[in-house]
This record gives sequence, C-alpha cells and structure tokens, in this order.
Amino acid sequence: MITDNAVLIAQSRRGRFAESRYSGRAHILLERSLIAFRNSAWLAVLSGFFEPVLYLLSFGYGLGHLIGKIPLQNGHVVSYAMYIAPGLLATSAMNGAIYDSTWNVFFKLKHDRIYQGMLQTSLGPLDVALGEIGWSLLRGFSYAVGFMCVVVPAGLITSWWGILAVPAAVLIAFGFASVGMGITSCFSTFQQMDYINIAMLPMFLFSGSFYPLTVYPGYLQGILKSLPLWQAIAMVRDLTLGIVTWGILWHVLYFVVMASVGVTITTQRLTKLFLR
Amino acid sequence: MAARQGSLVIVDVDRIKRHGALSVVEGRLLVLLKYIPGLTSAAVANPFLYLIAIGVGVGKLINAHSGGVDGVKYLTFLAPALLSTAAIQNALDEVVFPTLEGFKWNKSFFAINSTPISGRQIANGILIASLVRVTFSVTIYGTIVYLFGGFTSIRGWLAIPTSFAAAAAFGAFIMGIAAWAKNDDSFFMVLGRFVMMPLFLFSGTFYQLSSMPIYLRWIGWLSPLWHTTELGRYLTYGHHISGLMFCVHIGYLVAMFSFGMRFAHRQFEQRLAK
Amino acid sequence: MANQEVLIEAKQLVKRYGDFTAVNGIDFQVRKGESFGFLGPNGAGKSTTMRIIAATLTRTSGEITILGKDPEKFGPEIKAHLGVVPQTDNLDNALTVEENLYIYGRYFGLSKKFIAPKIDELLDFAQLTEKRSVKVETLSGGMKRRLTIARALVSEPEILMLDEPTTGLDPQARHILWDRLFRLKEQGVTLLITTHYMDEAEQLCDRLMVMDKGSIMAEDSPAGLIKNFSTKEVLEVRFGSDRNADVAPQLKEMCERIEVLPDRILMYADDGEVLLHDLGQKGLHPLTSLVRRSSLEDVFLRLTGRTLVD
Repeated sequence: MITDNAVLIAQSRRGRFAESRYSGRAHILLERSLIAFRNSAWLAVLSGFFEPVLYLLSFGYGLGHLIGKIPLQNGHVVSYAMYIAPGLLATSAMNGAIYDSTWNVFFKLKHDRIYQGMLQTSLGPLDVALGEIGWSLLRGFSYAVGFMCVVVPAGLITSWWGILAVPAAVLIAFGFASVGMGITSCFSTFQQMDYINIAMLPMFLFSGSFYPLTVYPGYLQGILKSLPLWQAIAMVRDLTLGIVTWGILWHVLYFVVMASVGVTITTQRLTKLFLR
Repeated sequence: MAARQGSLVIVDVDRIKRHGALSVVEGRLLVLLKYIPGLTSAAVANPFLYLIAIGVGVGKLINAHSGGVDGVKYLTFLAPALLSTAAIQNALDEVVFPTLEGFKWNKSFFAINSTPISGRQIANGILIASLVRVTFSVTIYGTIVYLFGGFTSIRGWLAIPTSFAAAAAFGAFIMGIAAWAKNDDSFFMVLGRFVMMPLFLFSGTFYQLSSMPIYLRWIGWLSPLWHTTELGRYLTYGHHISGLMFCVHIGYLVAMFSFGMRFAHRQFEQRLAK
Repeated sequence: MANQEVLIEAKQLVKRYGDFTAVNGIDFQVRKGESFGFLGPNGAGKSTTMRIIAATLTRTSGEITILGKDPEKFGPEIKAHLGVVPQTDNLDNALTVEENLYIYGRYFGLSKKFIAPKIDELLDFAQLTEKRSVKVETLSGGMKRRLTIARALVSEPEILMLDEPTTGLDPQARHILWDRLFRLKEQGVTLLITTHYMDEAEQLCDRLMVMDKGSIMAEDSPAGLIKNFSTKEVLEVRFGSDRNADVAPQLKEMCERIEVLPDRILMYADDGEVLLHDLGQKGLHPLTSLVRRSSLEDVFLRLTGRTLVD
C-alpha cells in the first residue's frame, strides 16, 4: 500500500513480525548516516582506511626484514607482510565497527538524544539497532574493499579464497558492532566507556595480528583463541592464505552468535530506556 | 551585615601575576586526582602489555631470525621508544582535552581569565599539570622497563628525562594547535590517526629509521619521537650516535619547546580576547 | 471551537517508580481541537503523564486511550497520530535544518515526494527559510525550539504535544513561538502543553489541569480557575524582611485572605487601591506596594501553599 498518511503506514504493520518493536524501516537510519557522513563524518571514516595500510607499510616493510618468513600450521612459509595483512584487515573491521557502535552511539544516546527523537516517531527499537549496526557493516565492507585494493596488487593474497575475506570482514563488523552497541546502551557515564578501551588494547596486541600465538605456552593460547579478534584474524587469514577447511565454519558461527546476542541486548536496552 | 571589603584587600594581584599558573595547575591536579585509580592502572598496564606483546612476542621472532637489533635484544631496543611514546601520548591527552574543554565545551578558561590570571598563565598551568602526569606515568613505565631488563646500566634511567623533554616540547606545540582549532568534532581523531599514529609507526620505533626507504625517513626527522628515542637508546644501551647528532637531537627538542610555547601563548591570548 | 469528540481519556492513571509515585490516579479528558494545559511545578507529574500519552512510557495501572487506542498495544500507531516536542530539544546535530525535517518525515515512512513540499511549508511556518542549509548546532535556542515544533508537524499529526515549550527562551522568542502555536490551534490541531509559566498557560490554553505531587488540584479554564480560587485583585506589600511577620496578623483582618512569602505579603481583595488606602489610614506604611490583577500563580498558591517556580 502506498500512502503518505503516517497513521495508515503504521497501521499497515499490524500483525507483522515484532510489530511494536520493528516498523520495517531500518534502512532509513542508513539514509540518515549517509547524510551525516556527507556532512562531516567522512574524515573519521576515511582515516579508518589508512590505519591498516600504514601498519602494513611500517610493520610489513620494516619488521619484515628482521623477522623473515613465518611458518604456517600446514607447513608452508609466508612473508611477514603476507602474515600480518589479514590480521590488519580483521582489526580494521573491528576498529571501525567498535568506533561507530561505542563512542558514536554513546553520543547519540546521551548527548544529542537522537535515539529519543527517533523513538518518539513510529520507528521501533529494532529499526534503530539494525539501522545503526547496518551502517557499521557498510563501513566494514568499504574498509575491506579498500584494503584489498592495496594488498592484492602488492601480491599479499595468494588464493582466490581471498575474495571471501571481504564478506568475512563484514561479518566481523556485524559481530563487534552489535555487541559494542549492546554494551554501550548499558553504560551511562564517560568513565564507563573507558572499559571498552581497556578491553580493546590487550585484544589488539595479543590476538596474533603480529606474531603467531605459538610464542606463548599452551594454556595461554587457549584463552587467547577464545577472544573474538583471534577468531576474526584466524578466519580472514585462512581465506587470504588459501588454507580453507570446514573448520572455518566455527569462526563463522562464533560471529553469528555474537551478532544475534548483541542485537537482542541492544533492542531490549533501547526499549527499556525509551519506551517504558 | 558587614560592609564589603574592596576586593583588592583580599585579592593579592601581585602574587597572582607571579604565580597565577600554579592556581591553574592546582585546579587541573584536583581533577586528575579523581581519576587516580584509572590513571595508575593505565600507567602500569600499558607498558606491561606492549612489552609482553611486541617486546617479548615479536621479539622472539626477531631474536631467533636476526639475533636482535642494533646489537641488543629486541626488547632492549624497543623499550626506550615505547617509553617516549607513552610520555608524548600522556602529555597530548592532558593538554588537548582541557584546552578544548576550556575554550569550547564549558568555557572555563574565560572564567579563569576574568580573574587576574592571564592567558599565558593558563597555558603554562595546563602544560605543567600535564607534565606532572607525564612524570608520574613515565616513572612507572621506566620502572617496568627496568624490571624487564630494558636498561643495561644505571645510565638508562636518564631516558626518563629525555622522554619528558619530548613530551614538553610536543605538548606545548599541540596545546597551541588545540587552542587554535575551531572545529573540535574530529580533533582527537585527526590527532590520533593522522599525527600520533604515523609518528608512532614511522619514527624508528620498531626498527632503525635507517632501514626505512629514504622517502619515508623524513617523518622520523620531523618527529620529536625519533629524536628522543635516539637519545633514549644512547642512554639505555649505548646506541651509537655522533656528537653532532647528539646536539641536533637536543637542539631540536629545545627549539620545538620554545617555538611551541610561544605559539601556544599567542593562541591562548588571541582566543581569550575574542 | 472545541467539539465534544474525546481524543484522549485517562482513568485512574498511575505511574510509580519503586516507592515514588509520579502520577497518582488521575482522570482527565482532552477533546478534539482544544488546547489543554498541564500546569504545575517541577516534579508535579506533568512530563510523566505526557510520556505515557506519547507511548514512550508504560503506566503502572489505570486506563488510558488515545483516539480509542491503548498506547501499550498500539505504540507505533499512536505515535503516528502525535507530534512530540520534548522538554529538551533532541534535534540531530549532525544534520542541517532541512535535513532534520526530511529525515524525521522518513522515520514515519513518508515518501520523499510528500516530504519535499512539506519542508518548504514548515520552514516558512517556523520562520527558518533562510537557515535552511545551516547545521542545527549553530541555531539560537528559539530557532531550535521552532524547528523542533516544525519537525513534529511533518507527519501532519492530529495532536501536538509540547513539554515546556518556552522554558529558557527570551521574551521575544517566546512571543514568536506563542504566535505560531496559536496559528496551529486555529487550524484545528489539538495542543497538549505542560508549563510552569502562568502567562503561557493563560495565553495558550482553553482548559488547564493544575497538578502537584502527581495529583490533580483543580481543572477549569484559566478565567474559571481565577474566579473560583482567587479574588479579583491582589495587593503586594513589603515591610522589610524583619517586619513582614510582625504586621501579618494586623493585615489578615483587613482582607479576605493573605499569603506571607519570605520577601513580601500578598493581600487578596476585590479592590486593591482601596485596601492600600485603608493601610495608610491605620498608619501602616509599606516600603513598597503594588496592586495587580489575580493570576494563576495566586490560584496555585492557594491550592498548594507553594509558588510555582522554586
């Protein structure tokens, strides 16, 4: 039904899926993000693309000389740049998603009260959650494509499986963005937001972006392998280096679970904050 | 009700003219005290995490393949650079946030300026307070480097004052920029991603600057981080630098500090007069 | 102008937060086309009631219907009937004036074709046409408020809800805003207004509900309230903060009723000038005196023993 009567539009959702929480208009939030991006946020988004490229240049080139080749679990050896490229891709997908879904969300939630404005219209909390997370995915996707444009010509991708690193990066962004937004919607002060930074740094340093976890004792490896960033890096690395087994589906499942838990928490928190 | 005394009786203007900056420092330190638990844990966790991850983790690969860098174990090579990075990062955090806040967010600098305290004194006060935090964090950092065996002799502790010098020099300069910035939206992001990160990655932090291609080395030459790291490496493990370069490194930091201070003073005074 | 069709009806409406009762069993009806005001100090329960109507807060007990629908069952539909102007502006700072109107219309699912001419119309209404492409951050308080109202109108709502629409605005900005709201009323939009300003309530509202501590103290037209709960005129006198209390018993006998405030005494009578003259006859010479007409402030003082803005 095509109408420009707000009430009839809302009525047409009667009996549909989650009618009181979802109006089927999550894409309008993408439209909003796109306008905001054009206005001012483009610099922040663009900078996220340079981050992995600079790391690749600095570490891949400079440290590569000192480190030499890295042995993989299947017996092959690869150059240091080839080893860290997937790690950097996964990390930038994570960083972009986390930046959007934590600090940006916090500002919209507490400072500008933008979600309050959205939820006084006929939009529902699920629209808001999906729309905001969707923007993170779009960002994750464009970072991944941009990074591929650097690493493929540089000869750092050796397998056709590498193309799948792009959707993998989107899935990673999905997982981190939804959990990030869920956690942020539970926070009320800036000080609490620091917990996110505190959790991010060790994850960044210890998830095997820069060296194989085999430098650590076995029990520690086990703990580190349960962290989402390790899961992300392992998934992307398998793809870019072409060592794909059915086992990769475990990583996929990990992020699917992460994403659905995050979306559920976010929707519930937004409902609690603005609709009761 | 008692008649009001003239404010000149209770306000010692001469004293403020001499020591006004210290009141600003006091104000900032009171704020910092509230965050002491957070600041302390960050000051301890940061060096631990970086030294274990990069110093030990990446170090294991490098030591195995190349036997270390510059004649020493990788951690020894890396530690002075990380120490200086932390000093600079701490100084930037502590000048940028209060400056943006004071001029734009809560406009507290305008309130301070309506007392006899001048813009120049506010700038000095903010920088001094930030250097108090730098001293605190860098001392912890140095101690942890020492525990990891990063100093080969007692002389290594002198890397703390050289890092401090870089923090003061760059802190003053960036404080001026923060006072000048009209648009604060993305200031932290631009500073972090377009200034700090390239400096961190291309100042010979993780390997010698000379192993970079020549067209990337200029970043290091401009970077206070490279100059202070060279001094730090000389002090901690006897990295070879010529007498001339020694003077260049020190001279660069001193010049940056004096230029930075003059720049910051001007920006503070101009912005307050607007 | 108001006809008899009831748009909003509440029966024994209650909202509790733990031990605290924000709204304590209130009943009211709002009819189509009328301008209905909730008057009361901060914490009276006005905003809570508004949020329950706007389907952004669930009630603890009681009944409420908006156009015959329960907001807890038909939240999105009810929101589509309403235009909401919250107490604190929640405009989208990342967007321009025009983009704020546009995207808000999109939130309701309206088409771009419908919204485009609507934006021109609303910018004109809010006197913001020149500010069209400006980021909202740079607008003055009054402009932001007008934009928030324009935004609430983008979906052509039947009911416009305004929570303290002019708090914090300068007198000129308030008058511009009142003028705009009056035009809406003329167009038949039902207005729901909370305020703690007497002049605003008198200017805008056909019918007022005076609230305090979650309960309704009185309900009538502004003129009716003054007629029922106050005298025609008030004489305000000051004897200096030390003497006010001493002379109060004497003053009490001279008029219908007095209120002793910390800084002055209010004397209620039908003719203030005569009363002032009588004071002089008795040798009572206040430091300052003022004769004025009774206002809603006096009604509120009578009903609750407190001033409105504290």
